[in-house]
Amino acid sequence: MTLKTSEVANLWGWATQSNSQITSQSYDLVVIGGGSGGLACAKEAASLDKKVAVLDFVKPSPRGSVWGLGGTCVNVGCIPKKLMHQAALMGQATEDAKHYGWQVPEKIEHSWDTLIEAVQNYVRSLNWGHRVQLNEKKVQYYNGWGMFLDDHTIHAKLKDGKEEILHAKNIVIATGMRPRYPSEISGAIEHCISSDDIFSLRKPPGKTLIVGGSYVALETAGFLQGLGFPTTVMVRSICLRGFDQQMSGLVTDHLSGEVGVDILWKSVPLSVNKQTDDSLTVRWRDESCKEHEDQFDTVLFAIGRDPQTRNIGLGNTGVQLAPNGKIVGFAEQSSVSHIYAVGDILQGGKTPVAIKAGKLLAHRIFGASEKYFDYSSVPTTVFTPLEFSSVGLSEESAIERFGEENLEVYHSFYTPLEFTVSSRPASSCYIKAICEKKGKQEILGLHLTGPNAGEIMQGFAVAFRCGLSFEDLSESCGIHPTSAEEIVKLNITKSSGEDPTVSGC
Amino acid sequence: MYLSVVLLPFPIQWGLGGTCVNVGCIPKKLMHQAALLGEALKDSKNYGWETPEKVQHNWDTLKNAVQDHIGSLNWNYRVQLRDKSVTYINGYAEFTDRHTIKTVNKRNKVQTFKAEKILLATGMRPRYPDIPGVKEFAITSDDLFSLRYCPGKTLTIGASYVSLECAGFLTGMGLDVTVMVRSILLRGFDQQMADMIGTYMEKHGTHFLRKCVPTRIEQIEEGTPPLLRVYYKKTDDPQEFSIDVNTVLMAIGRDACTSEIGLEKTGVLTNPKNGKIPVVNEQTNVPNIYAIGDIMEGGHELTPVAIEAGKLLSRRLYGDSSRQCDYINVPTTVFTPLEYGAIGYSEEDATDTFGEDNIEVYHAYFQPLEYTVAHRDEAGCYGKIICNKADGDRVVGFHILGPNAGEITQGYAVAMKCGATKEHFDTTIGIHPTCSEVFTTMDVTKASGLDVTTTGC
Repeated sequence: MTLKTSEVANLWGWATQSNSQITSQSYDLVVIGGGSGGLACAKEAASLDKKVAVLDFVKPSPRGSVWGLGGTCVNVGCIPKKLMHQAALMGQATEDAKHYGWQVPEKIEHSWDTLIEAVQNYVRSLNWGHRVQLNEKKVQYYNGWGMFLDDHTIHAKLKDGKEEILHAKNIVIATGMRPRYPSEISGAIEHCISSDDIFSLRKPPGKTLIVGGSYVALETAGFLQGLGFPTTVMVRSICLRGFDQQMSGLVTDHLSGEVGVDILWKSVPLSVNKQTDDSLTVRWRDESCKEHEDQFDTVLFAIGRDPQTRNIGLGNTGVQLAPNGKIVGFAEQSSVSHIYAVGDILQGGKTPVAIKAGKLLAHRIFGASEKYFDYSSVPTTVFTPLEFSSVGLSEESAIERFGEENLEVYHSFYTPLEFTVSSRPASSCYIKAICEKKGKQEILGLHLTGPNAGEIMQGFAVAFRCGLSFEDLSESCGIHPTSAEEIVKLNITKSSGEDPTVSGC
Repeated sequence: MYLSVVLLPFPIQWGLGGTCVNVGCIPKKLMHQAALLGEALKDSKNYGWETPEKVQHNWDTLKNAVQDHIGSLNWNYRVQLRDKSVTYINGYAEFTDRHTIKTVNKRNKVQTFKAEKILLATGMRPRYPDIPGVKEFAITSDDLFSLRYCPGKTLTIGASYVSLECAGFLTGMGLDVTVMVRSILLRGFDQQMADMIGTYMEKHGTHFLRKCVPTRIEQIEEGTPPLLRVYYKKTDDPQEFSIDVNTVLMAIGRDACTSEIGLEKTGVLTNPKNGKIPVVNEQTNVPNIYAIGDIMEGGHELTPVAIEAGKLLSRRLYGDSSRQCDYINVPTTVFTPLEYGAIGYSEEDATDTFGEDNIEVYHAYFQPLEYTVAHRDEAGCYGKIICNKADGDRVVGFHILGPNAGEITQGYAVAMKCGATKEHFDTTIGIHPTCSEVFTTMDVTKASGLDVTTTGC
């Protein structure tokens, strides 16, 4: 069904432009969403000589934050997060440096402004880089909001007010997610921020409350505290739901212990009120139903993210949504055969997953390959001050799937060599390998907390892909001296009850 | 039957634990870390930290901290040996026959031991060239980590990883450092990677005197540190030059400690060129005498290999095991300021072994995210994978030049042990944002000649 432009205008209640101003274009592929998945798919399709368009538009956050092309990862996710994490680690490094002979002053102050500007400069360079790449690959870029008029037609309302109708043989939805705000907590939307805002916050956040137990909440708490802002995390029940809970405990132990973040367990916020001096008064309830109140300069909600599928006109198509708003489908194909979905709106989100899936999808749509993306064995890293990396099953999942009696868990507490001279406690640096008991002891899950956990785990993720067994691990030679070698030196089992603390050389 | 295992190290200036603990891996890595922290201090300003423009480094603080840690490791070893009922003799050992060893300790007490089996693990020591003034005035890695004074302006002589690593961390501490090399860097390592290390070090303040050899060393002034004059010439020209430095560090190689332990009384053969002992499954030509570690011919001079070989040998001799130590795909890391991790074949060796037509090299330059805000050198970090096309694109060589190369390389060594192919690498999801993930998206080959600068996210 094709709507007349006037009907379109009526539908959305927009001021009508004259018919001659609304142009129409046809494409082999239209991608809605210019993030990791969308851009990867678009560029790949263009390299297969298809006519491709990308629509990207950022609706301002409740605090008014907007950003350029590139999606969550580039603007308000992985990239700025890792840079802020690095800034906090540098603070730790300046402390360590004293023990290594550097004559560093007793206290070094930190300038939030300098950091934010540096981070935003880099983010903007990435926005620009993406614009240039789309241009080079002859992908048409629309900075506009796309709405489905029907299965093959998209209406684009551009930032400068113009409108376009796009006809597409194939459509990929890659609209991603945005932070969830709790509508039932008064003051949440009006006075609080989210990860959409923190990386471009003009004023230093000051004393901060973070609500949530997600990796977003913990990572943010980690770097804010590391930069000198007294930070509290309020958790309703558990942290890092879905992750191995023993490992999650080590991360939060470190966060509340060595880093100094105040964690309020089993607590929920009731209201947020702004005072005349702009500070925020938060009332909350703890696990015994007792109510408390405290002042904060900033309150950040990190309680989850919602897929952006509700306001793009999917009702005009046959695309089915799951109750959580994610797109129902198989191998990135929705219930409508030529409409696909990639990235956070399809599966548990990670940039590299979206990118790889997006690329393979382009190849499948345009007939160049039959390869499907394998969503199992995806390695992850939580960039808390004590980094936590894992691939495969958590211990709980392994027990559920295989039965405790069929598993052997090897583990160790280790001390990174670099911590010795700087007298840093290493009580949370830990490794465990969850293995099948029989035969070569195939490794079902590998988990690690410690510095550079992400860098360490990547190679092991490749080994995991090859069907890594404990036998392979113990026959591998270590690189000395590293923290990573402790993984190949694992030999103490949980079942033995022996003390798993290992000394170095 | 009661088994008594006796260890007889040379009388040395450091405690129990060998080279790695005392004058190798451990102090080296700590000093490397000190240098890295110096760089972090510079970077921290870009991240908003109000760090002073110039921060001085105090050698004594570092040296003492390093020695304290070493002392604790020496102590741990003593305790561990005691816990496992191993008799420890701190004495100089010599063979009197195949089954008998004579020891002399610090107080000249002589003891004799008879043993059914004897394991030699005497390791190596730095080589001194036969040049006037070297023995009197030059130091080696044996001395550097406990030097009672700051080394000051330093000349390291040699192209070994010892020379480059030491030059690297001394430069990082703010010292004026020159490296004198006779020909190529890091002989035996992938030469493209070796050249990149050299380039990086030069760009970051280490001076190089290439194609030069020292002729003599004189002391101009006594002191702590002294002032030394090193005379040298180019390899193809007799004209003599000189350079004045406070410290000369000889790092031209290491010799096996097999020449003054009475081996001639046992019939154990050694390689006359390097003193190393040829073995089969760590057994020498004399059935009851074994050798492991650095003195073993054909082995890797690496701590983890020695540890593994030692353990497995004991298990084969006294336990039920028949497992041999696996020497293939042994990973290594050179801890130069920009670290270099390697597994398997260098590009040259892969070409020689498999034939140029059968290998495919994938490569990429990458920029660590952390370098962006710190405005650090964009084009320094690099990775390559060498695949054997004749064997389903099996990965036979892995090379990375970048920060935390050691941490990154370890997992890939396990992957190669599992027989990883290029497809395994390609179908593994990257961890974002890391440096290591570049290996999961490496799709440009050297053969294609295409530009290989990877863009970020």
